Amino acid sequence: MMVWLILLPLLWASFAFLLGRGRGVWLAMAGLLAQLWLAYTLAEEVVASGVAMHAVGGWGAPLGIDLVADGLSAAMLLLTQCIALPLAVYARAYFKRDDPAGTYFWPLVGFLLAGLNALFLSADLFNIYVTLELLGLAAVGLVAAGGGAQQITAALRYLFATLVGSGAYLLGVALIYGAYGTVSITTLTPLITAEAPDLVWIAGGLMMAGLMLKTALFPFHFWLPPAHGGAPAPVSALLSAVVVKASFYLILRLWIGPFSSLTVAASLVVWLPALLGTLAIFWGSYQAIRAERLKMLIAYSTVAQLGYLFLIFPLLASAGALQAGIMQAFAHGLAKAAMFMAAGALIKATGQDMVAGLAGVAERMPVTLFAFGLAGITLMGLPPSAGFLAKWQLIELALSQQHWIIAFVVLVGGLLAAVYVFRVLRQAFLLAPASSVMTPVPRMLEWTAFVMAAASILLGLRGVELMQLVGVT
Amino acid sequence: MSAGLLFASVGVILFALGAAGVLLIGHLLRRILAFNVMGSGAFLVLVGLAQRNGIADPVPQAMVLTGIVVAVAATALALALVRRLYALTGKIELPQDDEG
Repeated sequence: MMVWLILLPLLWASFAFLLGRGRGVWLAMAGLLAQLWLAYTLAEEVVASGVAMHAVGGWGAPLGIDLVADGLSAAMLLLTQCIALPLAVYARAYFKRDDPAGTYFWPLVGFLLAGLNALFLSADLFNIYVTLELLGLAAVGLVAAGGGAQQITAALRYLFATLVGSGAYLLGVALIYGAYGTVSITTLTPLITAEAPDLVWIAGGLMMAGLMLKTALFPFHFWLPPAHGGAPAPVSALLSAVVVKASFYLILRLWIGPFSSLTVAASLVVWLPALLGTLAIFWGSYQAIRAERLKMLIAYSTVAQLGYLFLIFPLLASAGALQAGIMQAFAHGLAKAAMFMAAGALIKATGQDMVAGLAGVAERMPVTLFAFGLAGITLMGLPPSAGFLAKWQLIELALSQQHWIIAFVVLVGGLLAAVYVFRVLRQAFLLAPASSVMTPVPRMLEWTAFVMAAASILLGLRGVELMQLVGVT
Repeated sequence: MSAGLLFASVGVILFALGAAGVLLIGHLLRRILAFNVMGSGAFLVLVGLAQRNGIADPVPQAMVLTGIVVAVAATALALALVRRLYALTGKIELPQDDEG
């Protein structure tokens, strides 16, 4: 079953490529539907009977490749498929038949999803490297799909950032293999102790730095806004919602797995990600408040929201921090996808992408604006949204460990998010100048964005199940 | 110093040189070459460090083969993008600042 989560997207992507330009939509839909079902059954299985394992082709770990799904991976798989399916419906309406930006959208998305699913199921460090590269190359292809000079520039910048990131990660893997002679995460976890040689510390540092570059954690965020802000809306949604989360998932997995005894030994190290996360929240929000273009505003908001994910690292010693982080990943994933989808519909309708040009959309496109507002509620962390649940839990944990500074950062970050969300809403409620023309957009664009935004709110009511799933190790 | 350690040290130096190149060089073609130097450095560390008593370990060799395939794919994609950029702008450099 786990194998099909990787093979299905590979299959439909290859067929979509063979069918030719812009085709293969229905194949992709069928594949995505099956993937969602597979991810859901896998999650159910993990909750019912613990960690699931599969040896590819019947060859076990030392010679072959093992696929492992615990609560964390099952949750991330579920998030990915939950976002991909509505996004596919959206993209079908978004790309017109002869739109050059949509030419290779379906094959690239398929390869991207195959890389993502393989990454979440991988159980050894080298396999993770290969999936990281698959993911990175497919994502760069999607960013470049528009074909304009600006998109190509953003894609190249993204490509070099992601290559340096995975290069540093690979060097770390090489050093680890040199020290222990294995790359399996389960074998390494008991081997790496607090007395590990300096080489292992350097390896860990290289891998973490490489992955942080790929997650666009401040100050490595420079590549994200042009790449996510310049791509077509469905691509931006996919990249912001799930692709950056993949490298965050790896940081988390290594941090609580193989490197856990190192991080316990050096208690100050846990504050570094939290410090960078704090700076990301402030810098990203500041840039989002200043941004003139709508999609740049949303992209900088991603930089800020990623910061929250790194606030959990000083708190990981106590139960619940992991759940808070994954809840934030879900909340931001769904909300940010909805926001980019709504922005795509607004840009199509108004024919331009400045925040200042949004006047009048409240009247003409209420559903889209409502979707944007709902997603904004999740980003701000107002109840009953999933964002509220994540931030509440983060604050509660921080206060119980007397780290009031983290609670303070979470609260201020929520206020800053309110500033940039209301900046857009305020503009949207102004009266349109009489001369403005709005092209009608397909209903599907508005309603899929709305469904996604509603999901980010409603998840707050089903948080218990998700937390239970993440708890399975 | 054993042969394996020598390989690994050279690998680290190559990696550092390549990484500096990717980060600092403006000319995109040279930057792509620098990325390949960086990758080769990592491969050399992988193969060099893993030797035990002068006997080569086959597992990292298989890994390096996979890694080379990935590097070739990445290089091809980078070259295709640079060609496209050259066709559009006539330059083989990234513009200084395109944010905003």
